[in-house]
Amino acid sequence: MSNDNSSTPEHPVNAPDGTPVPYETHVPTHRDAEPISDPGLPVHTWRPTDVDPKAEKRAERQIAAMFIAAMISAVLFVVAYFSFEVGDNWDTFAGLGASTITLGLTLGLSLLLIGTGIIHLARKLMADHEMVEMRHPAASPQEDREATVQALNDGLAEAGIGRRPLVRNTMLGAVAVLGLPAVVLLRDLAPGDALDVEKLGQTIWEPGMRLVRDVVGTPILASEIEMGDLINAAPEAMFPTEENGYPELHGAEEQAEKAKGAIIIVRMDPDDIIPLPGREKWTVDGIISYSKICTHVGCPISLYERTTHHVLCPCHQSTFDLADHAKVIFGPAARPLPQLPIAVDDEGYLVAQGDFNEPIGASFWEREKL
Amino acid sequence: MSVDTSKVATSNRTDAATASKPGPAGSLASWADDRLGLATAMKKNLRKVFPDHWSFMLGEIALWSFVVLLLTGVFLTLWFNPSMGHITYEGSYDQLRGVGMSESMASTLHISFDVRGGLLMRQMHHWAAAIFIASMMVHLLRVAFTGAYRKPRELNWVIGCLLLLLGTLEGFTGYSLPDDLLSGTGVRAADGFLKATPVAGSYMSFLLFGGEFPGESIIPRLYIIHVLLIPGILLALIAAHMLLLVYHKHTQWPGPGRTEQNVVGFPMLPVYAAKAGGFFFMVFGVIAIMGGLLSINPVWKFGPYDPTKVTAGSQPDWYMGWPDGLLRIIPTGWESVIFGYTISWNVMLPILIVPPMMLVILMLLPFIEGWITGDKRDHHLLQRPRNAPTRTAVMVSLMTFYGLAWAAGGNDIIAIKLHLSINQITYFMRVAIFLGPLLAFWITRRWCISLQRHDNEKLLHGYETGIITRSPEGQYAERHLPINETSAYTLTARDRDEVYTVGGDTDASGVAAPNSRSEKLRARLSSWMYSHNVQKPTRAELEEAHHHAEHEAELQAGLDHPVDGHQFDDHRLRDTDDVPLRDH
Repeated sequence: MSNDNSSTPEHPVNAPDGTPVPYETHVPTHRDAEPISDPGLPVHTWRPTDVDPKAEKRAERQIAAMFIAAMISAVLFVVAYFSFEVGDNWDTFAGLGASTITLGLTLGLSLLLIGTGIIHLARKLMADHEMVEMRHPAASPQEDREATVQALNDGLAEAGIGRRPLVRNTMLGAVAVLGLPAVVLLRDLAPGDALDVEKLGQTIWEPGMRLVRDVVGTPILASEIEMGDLINAAPEAMFPTEENGYPELHGAEEQAEKAKGAIIIVRMDPDDIIPLPGREKWTVDGIISYSKICTHVGCPISLYERTTHHVLCPCHQSTFDLADHAKVIFGPAARPLPQLPIAVDDEGYLVAQGDFNEPIGASFWEREKL
Repeated sequence: MSVDTSKVATSNRTDAATASKPGPAGSLASWADDRLGLATAMKKNLRKVFPDHWSFMLGEIALWSFVVLLLTGVFLTLWFNPSMGHITYEGSYDQLRGVGMSESMASTLHISFDVRGGLLMRQMHHWAAAIFIASMMVHLLRVAFTGAYRKPRELNWVIGCLLLLLGTLEGFTGYSLPDDLLSGTGVRAADGFLKATPVAGSYMSFLLFGGEFPGESIIPRLYIIHVLLIPGILLALIAAHMLLLVYHKHTQWPGPGRTEQNVVGFPMLPVYAAKAGGFFFMVFGVIAIMGGLLSINPVWKFGPYDPTKVTAGSQPDWYMGWPDGLLRIIPTGWESVIFGYTISWNVMLPILIVPPMMLVILMLLPFIEGWITGDKRDHHLLQRPRNAPTRTAVMVSLMTFYGLAWAAGGNDIIAIKLHLSINQITYFMRVAIFLGPLLAFWITRRWCISLQRHDNEKLLHGYETGIITRSPEGQYAERHLPINETSAYTLTARDRDEVYTVGGDTDASGVAAPNSRSEKLRARLSSWMYSHNVQKPTRAELEEAHHHAEHEAELQAGLDHPVDGHQFDDHRLRDTDDVPLRDH
């Protein structure tokens, strides 16, 4: 079909002076070209409840029945509240918490019955004549606009701000500089030493610190790790005792060190390991240790596949090859997991040779500088 | 307009309330008006007309679920303790008794297991949040697909987009509060996102967490954001959204008697108020039943947050899924170091760049469309999606992008449930995220244009009756019957599209027209948007087609019965002018 209306290209938009045209003259100019004229609103049809007293009474009874049922349901809610135990000896219903189920059902039913009752009332008994209301343009009438613009200009002229740039500029400057106190006030969101980005570069690991099991805190004998094992481990300093002499950690500090110090230890055939230059002595007889914190956005990695030595982060599926310096072989991460150099102490327990040689976890702006 | 109440059933009194005796409601109104002077404003608004259509209810679901969120949320605050103080759980949930956790986790368990109705309210709160965001999205689609965002409603569209953004942030801060393992994993990812911000990222992370992650401040801070800051802004924006809705009056579907100049429907008092008020109870009721029967966010199964632990299949709440999906399909190694500073494209692109960009695109849609069409008129009649093929196709294309990104966010779940390789799903998504939206655009636009053609067929030749007739020459043809006038008018009640053309590079006096380059772009876009569309027939074309139909009817005039095939059954063809066979 051809676009046959090119003869009426102009939209009745704005008058030449840019003022909007009143709505009435907005009617499209090709109204005459409408293929079918508007037949107008259809005639109103009466509902059974309008003309049949029986139907009307029936609707009344239905609505009242819904409201009465809603009352009963609300009372049942109260009954259920006091009948069913929660806490230590909670009642069950089909294996689920009886209290939650009955409270939810009775409350929901009561609300639904009130809702359907009201809507039924509106649909069956309230007047159902459709009404017509005329619209008005969203814009104000032209004289109002002019008066407002006039008032605005008068006000600005009387203020004289435009004529006194010195006053205007210094005033704007003063208010702008007020932004400084507003921003500076937020500085102590991380008070004092707490705002120390350098901390991202260090963990609690230090030369000779034992690697301990992350839940119980017991040190790990190199000889007890089987080929293919993966152990989630932590620094011994997270489990201070009188014997090991590490200081107690509390609150935020403990959580931060826990979040950074987590490692995994795996044992594989020493021949499978492809060490990076300089890292040949970072492993103990096929036992190799990496940071557990993903280098993508910092989830703790898990899901180890022992035959391929791959470990996968469950958050975004970055996959690292632990045999080959934990390089990324799949997924969005960009950097290998930092490797913890390890050794064994006199008693045969695994110990760290020192801290990681790079920041662990997600990347950040200053990462290479730390 | 006066209402004919002569035949209204007796319960609706036929005698109108008289001015002389105002009645109790009238006296109360007078008392209030003496002090507040509201009558002038209420005069128009009490009986304000709202048009009826099921799709206008979608925004209402969002509004009412927000009210449910406020009610259930206040209940939860009575017991919830937003503190990261470390305690040992001693409540009645056996499996976690004796386990160390934060006070926020312990109080969440207390609400779930020791407060009657507590678990119900927690689950209702969470379900209501999911419904709030879902209904906002569906409402947004309704508004976009019907062109309701056109002038004068562009600003209300922008407010709606901001509501969606705030609702999403509100959801994130909310599900982070219990400090369980799953939410803590989400917070740590959020910390990773912050740190990926160039220059200030690390400082932003330290300031938000009150020091190094995880610190002891994040839960109380998220709490005040969740219960005061964002709800306050949400309330203000919802109020503005509703005020603008009332001021503009609701859009309506075109039809007989429904024009750009009027609004046809039921008055606010009593019908619309009753329907909307009743609907509030229904939304509330459905959420209560969901909260009672459907488990959501069982934090006791995840356990307390521990920065060294994670569960397989970690997923954010569904509305956070699409940026998470983009995060998952970024290819390996997108990070650069420039002058010794790290730029993490692998996080910035899917989290800090694309989602805000999508939001901006969404907010600009009505303005872009308005600029291309050059249409400055007010629009109050809705368009069927098929009658704006390019807009519909753009929206479906955006939906496809969203859907693919969202599916990518569940790549691990898809892999497990469908026994697929997670790697192959990810490779597929990396390509599909670009090709899918293009394909969706093309299919949708062609589909819309075909539907437009079909509408014109119905107008010109009538609908297909399914009755096959054989002419004396032995030719078989299907009989078409005209559609009724209401349907025919409704099909034609739409504007003809006008392709914008540039008048020329120079005006009459030979001076180069200003902005001629942007005008040319605008003309190209307008042609791209409209030139394929099918326009409705003109009156002449319609008459020509009907004349042709009459001519065919004449050919059958010699017969003693209508050729409708019904001489073989009991369904004699009725007079189609009065009673159509079926209502279109």
